[in-house]
Amino acid sequence: MDSVVEKGERGRAASPIAKIRRSSWFRGDMAIAFVVLLPSIIAVAIFIYGFIVWTGYISTVKWNTVVEDYTFVGLQNWIQLFQMDRFHWNLRNLLIYAVGFMSQCIIFGFLIAVLLDQKIKGEALFRTIVIFPFAVSGIVTGVAWRWLMQPRTGINLLIQQIGFEGFQFAWNSDAKWGMAAITIAAAWQFTGYIMALYLAGLRGISMEVREAARVDGATTFQLYRRIIVPLLMPVTFTAIVLTGMGSIRVFDLVTILSGPAFTTDTLAFHMYQSTFGLYRFSLGAAVGFFMIFLSLFLVIPYLRSMRSEVER
Amino acid sequence: MTVQRLWSRGAIYLVLIAFCLFYLMPFYVMLITGLKPYEDLNVTRMWELPKGIYLGGFLEAWLKVSPNFWNSVIITVPAALISSLIGSVNGYIFAKWRFPGADTVFILFLVGMFLPYQGILIPLVRTLQVVGLYGDVIGLIMVHCIFGIPITALLFRGYFAGVPNELLDAGKIDGCGFFGIYRWVLLPISMPAFAVVLLWQFTTIWNDYLIGLVVLSSPRLAPINVAVQNIAGSWSVEWNVQMSAALIAALPTVIVYLALGKLFMRGLLAGSLKG
Repeated sequence: MDSVVEKGERGRAASPIAKIRRSSWFRGDMAIAFVVLLPSIIAVAIFIYGFIVWTGYISTVKWNTVVEDYTFVGLQNWIQLFQMDRFHWNLRNLLIYAVGFMSQCIIFGFLIAVLLDQKIKGEALFRTIVIFPFAVSGIVTGVAWRWLMQPRTGINLLIQQIGFEGFQFAWNSDAKWGMAAITIAAAWQFTGYIMALYLAGLRGISMEVREAARVDGATTFQLYRRIIVPLLMPVTFTAIVLTGMGSIRVFDLVTILSGPAFTTDTLAFHMYQSTFGLYRFSLGAAVGFFMIFLSLFLVIPYLRSMRSEVER
Repeated sequence: MTVQRLWSRGAIYLVLIAFCLFYLMPFYVMLITGLKPYEDLNVTRMWELPKGIYLGGFLEAWLKVSPNFWNSVIITVPAALISSLIGSVNGYIFAKWRFPGADTVFILFLVGMFLPYQGILIPLVRTLQVVGLYGDVIGLIMVHCIFGIPITALLFRGYFAGVPNELLDAGKIDGCGFFGIYRWVLLPISMPAFAVVLLWQFTTIWNDYLIGLVVLSSPRLAPINVAVQNIAGSWSVEWNVQMSAALIAALPTVIVYLALGKLFMRGLLAGSLKG
């Protein structure tokens, strides 16, 4: 292949003959590129797309014991799933988790980024501390927060000691607010990431834009409200997608911080238990497939926004 | 500086410090609880510093989880290395050899980065069972490499897209082909990208719980996070040991983060698809 480019061709690359030669040489290497990529394409095609289709198929068969059974039963598993109390709890919990987790991450992430953008001394240290939790796993987060959320000690004790003596809250084990309490731990871990995105976005807004607003007499609040927040919409969009995805698939945190009965049960946890605990593979497949379906509502708009960028 | 400005500056620092205390609080609690002997674990004195440095809890935790810690090392290091290598070649292709349809393939790869794994777990387990890699470290490494294809391709593509085409043309004129350009032109300058991707993959794979739990659940072979959850799940294990185990699980990624924080930041930003 290399011999096609002859030494004599240097400096004559613009001649028509050289161009033709060049493009055929190019096409040869293009084929190599495709062949080199092929194993990855096949792996993704099988392990992601193929498996999703397979999961969808399993959700329509009778495989609800240890023994693999591909007898077609139509929508039976789905109807059963939609009628399950547990599934209704899952949807309620998803809603609470999504609202709590997304709003905390986005509000605090934005707030801290704005504060750090005010020419702060020791910015690097502040930044490091805020992102720090993102380096640890959901399990580690859960272990630490379970101790903090113990009713007789932890945060309750801290709040009592600073003066609110009657304060008592069950946190993750509260039957009503347990799921909301878990989002505190989740947001603790993830806010730094969102903050980093916003900070990078803020750094991308030129000084001229801010100066122009000042010259026009805008107050600091107006500057943020009318100019910076709209300019950061793409970042907010990314943040919504990332935190929304995190809400759909939350698993490790609720494993470790689970409250009574189904009060903190999630789709991911339901899927895991049905499948690997109760061997109800078809039901588990239906839950898993439902999760994929939900995530499409975030993935598709996101890819649309990506498309123009990719094809640049 | 006017008085008013002084006040507002002071308020900003105060708020930032309050946030930092909040983000450090769980680490503080893990550390002080891990350093206390069991007798000193008192619910009413939870926030107090330990009387002395007691390492018995850590020792006990280490005895419990050290096999799993090393399993995680055996899984994470090769998986991060291999997936970074694959990603660098794929990213090179997506950035510089855009065969017809390459962009569509790339988009389809990206979808895989987002989808919840619950939607593919059952076929994954069945397939690994059929090929004899279920419950096997090699199987888990392979799965991490495959699931790493999208993100590593994305990160490297972003990096290589910034390399001017003239540099590649120069390589072509010097007689380099597809592999030559990669080996002699791009690989030598891609070390910063490798660092970012390696770091990202290392953290992701080390911190994984779900895939490790499903593919490699036998207590002896399980990765560290699965082991820590098992310890935390059995209420018989004392809090100081639980905290110590969690700290042991967190240590490698925390060290890497503190040492290479800048790269980590870069990975975070690129990982958000703005590459």
